[in-house]
Amino acid sequence: MEKPFIQKFSVKSKAVAYIILILIGGLAVLTGTSIGTVSVPFLDIIKIIISKIIPGVSIDSIDSMYVNIVWNIRLPRVLLAGFVGASLSIAGAAFQGLLRNPLADPYTLGVSSGASVGAVVTIFFGLSFPFIGSFTLPLLSIVASFITIFVVLYFAKRIDRAMRVETIILTGVIFSSFLGALISLMIALTGEELRQIIGWLLGSVSMRGWDHVKIIVPFFLIGSILLLVHAKELNAMSFGEDHAKHIGVDVERKKMNILIAGSILTGAAVAVSGTIGFVGLVIPHFVRLLWGPNHIHLLPLSTLAGGSFLILADLVSRTIISPSELPIGVITALIGAPIFAVILMKSRMERS
Amino acid sequence: MIDVKKITGGYSSKPILESISFEVDKGELFGVIGPNGSGKSTLLKMISHILPFQKGEITIKGKSIRTYNAKEFARLVAVLPQTTTQTFSYTVRETVSLGRYAHQKGLFQSLTESDEAIIQDVMKQTGVDIYENETIDELSGGERQRVFLAQALAQDPEVLLLDEPTNHLDLAYQKELLDVLRSWTKEKDLTVISIFHDLNLAGLYCDRLLLLQDGKTEICDSPNKVIKKERIEEVYHASIEEYPHPKVAKPQMMLVPKTVNKDEKTQIDETLLRFTNEKITLEAKQSLRTMSSGVTGSGFGWNHLFVNRYVDKNYNVDDHKQEMEAYLKSHGFHPDDTVGMMTAVNLSQVAYQFIHEEGFSGLFVVTAGVGNAVDSTLGVSRVPGYIPGTINIWVFINGELSEEAYIQAVMTATEAKVKALQNFKVTDPESNTLATGTSTDSILIAATQAGAKLTYAGSATPLGQMIGKGVFKCTKQALMNYFNKEVKS
Repeated sequence: MEKPFIQKFSVKSKAVAYIILILIGGLAVLTGTSIGTVSVPFLDIIKIIISKIIPGVSIDSIDSMYVNIVWNIRLPRVLLAGFVGASLSIAGAAFQGLLRNPLADPYTLGVSSGASVGAVVTIFFGLSFPFIGSFTLPLLSIVASFITIFVVLYFAKRIDRAMRVETIILTGVIFSSFLGALISLMIALTGEELRQIIGWLLGSVSMRGWDHVKIIVPFFLIGSILLLVHAKELNAMSFGEDHAKHIGVDVERKKMNILIAGSILTGAAVAVSGTIGFVGLVIPHFVRLLWGPNHIHLLPLSTLAGGSFLILADLVSRTIISPSELPIGVITALIGAPIFAVILMKSRMERS
Repeated sequence: MIDVKKITGGYSSKPILESISFEVDKGELFGVIGPNGSGKSTLLKMISHILPFQKGEITIKGKSIRTYNAKEFARLVAVLPQTTTQTFSYTVRETVSLGRYAHQKGLFQSLTESDEAIIQDVMKQTGVDIYENETIDELSGGERQRVFLAQALAQDPEVLLLDEPTNHLDLAYQKELLDVLRSWTKEKDLTVISIFHDLNLAGLYCDRLLLLQDGKTEICDSPNKVIKKERIEEVYHASIEEYPHPKVAKPQMMLVPKTVNKDEKTQIDETLLRFTNEKITLEAKQSLRTMSSGVTGSGFGWNHLFVNRYVDKNYNVDDHKQEMEAYLKSHGFHPDDTVGMMTAVNLSQVAYQFIHEEGFSGLFVVTAGVGNAVDSTLGVSRVPGYIPGTINIWVFINGELSEEAYIQAVMTATEAKVKALQNFKVTDPESNTLATGTSTDSILIAATQAGAKLTYAGSATPLGQMIGKGVFKCTKQALMNYFNKEVKS
């Protein structure tokens, strides 16, 4: 009678996982919006959000400064952090599964370096296109990331027509180094933009508004839906490409779809927030350790966990030495690494 | 079912396979054998559509494998690879479920009830259902292999391709897996192509075998025709012996290890014999190839201890074999390497002789009594008893005997024994006709299997003549001793 119980429990634990992560996500959004130099009560935040979504609901009872802070400053920032974290995590999970490499992350293929080059070029030359103005940077960054991924895939295909994952990783690493050198070159040559460039490279979601959210959301939706559709193929491919082929996966086509979907997510995330490290590497591992490697659950759970994690990391980064802000990438590593180490040790100890 | 036509190809410009052609019928268990690097795995990869081939064509069910799409192909052909990588630890159930991938439709494919039923079914068949919720990296190599077999079967294929399926399995699971595969080929018309390293297993289970050498077909035929000593020795560059399976009409191969310390082999002669009132023993330094009808060590075998034990004429035990083993053990002999015989004849009446011939030699030891003399040609049954009246003949040959020679040696020795009995006009006491032996006679032919090759031991050959002469002389002497004692007492 033990088996049915375990079975039930494991199914339950997946359901529990979704419930817990959704609750944490909601709580993270509220806390992130609430805390700051001026703290806003949860209830007011909920009221403000409802009034903005359903026109006609009155919020006359709430201070207009609160509305301004919540709606124009904090909420977009929190949501942006959430979407960036979610994008990087789901992309990381997919890349790790596809490349069968636990060390892979969204930046392995050089997409982030491409996006960074786009951004740094914008800052370095002080570019500003007409009509879009301050959005020149995310736009150029996203374009650069897409160019990079296609060039990387083109080269990988030229080197090895079957596009083995080893070839893809190698090509990505080569391009990353090359593009990284370009960035270093610009940093070396720059003067007063140095701080701006470094700040962008370390990653941040501060001083962003709804427009940035609007940039990332379509890419996030397209990318994550594409990946979720390929969850089964990712499962199959983590047994090796030949094995996936034996099972009936059209490996080459599906692999290309997954690579492009993951790159769209990464490129968009980097374009709006810079290269925030650690999230895409660790969140998928964290979810895998707790709920197993099955991509059907791993992908959505990573999305939820990654979003919440980055919202909370951002909260810490802007409150810990307030009124100054720390780069969010520093916080993700500072919080994430020890938590991850503990979980890893625990799971290894249980196994042995 | 599967038609491979003049396949040529490989990994680079230099082809690994050259013009391989064969056909496999529906429901056939087809084995591919060959030394390392002969192209077995390459061939399997080409059939499983992983590796392209430069020339030729492979068709399955009359359609070129190039025209199938990935899912169609997976519904038709499943593969059990030799090794599988697993980066992440999926549960057994998740792993097996993946086998249904090719049967699922729609974007967010979920498992239907019939999928679930098949998954449960194949997990039961492969015996992995008990690990259902464990992760595959917690399993042993053999268990994992069975999980992947279950996954392949979940594809519900018509063709199953296996690359050394018994690689990680212990003896019991090897047999079980192959038994199951064969029953599926017969009952479900599953077509199986499998690579084998173990020629004996391949020979036992396959309907036909393809032997590859350097990417070319050496032969493709039934196991009895493929597994021939000379061919296998040539292809594998190893010294082997062919031997029939004791239960199944299939050939088996035995490796012959390089012998070291040849000088350890000593000649068997009378100096090795030890006599007491209780037993005559001969202890050889090396094991001898023996064929005997002793109480222990009977049949063909390898033994280095030889005991002819005196038992009282009233000796009567229900299980004399067991009693003999106990006796041997209590005297420091291991029954597994001892040819043991019994006699109620006084052991001092033994006769023995060492005969030296050109290139080989023989030692003959005989104890004889005729209390139970029987004329077997009458065809009347007698109650065998261990009363004095047993002729035990030991023949030791310093030479290498073929199996044929062993049988001929027994014939020749028996003829000589009968002649010796006739010499003394020994008769069957019940019929008063000339006796052919006693009811409990035993014989041992033992050879060192070193030195001169002696293929025949018929009465016209030098070996046969030595055996005839030796057995006759010793039996005659032993009978003489027996009669002298009988007369005296």
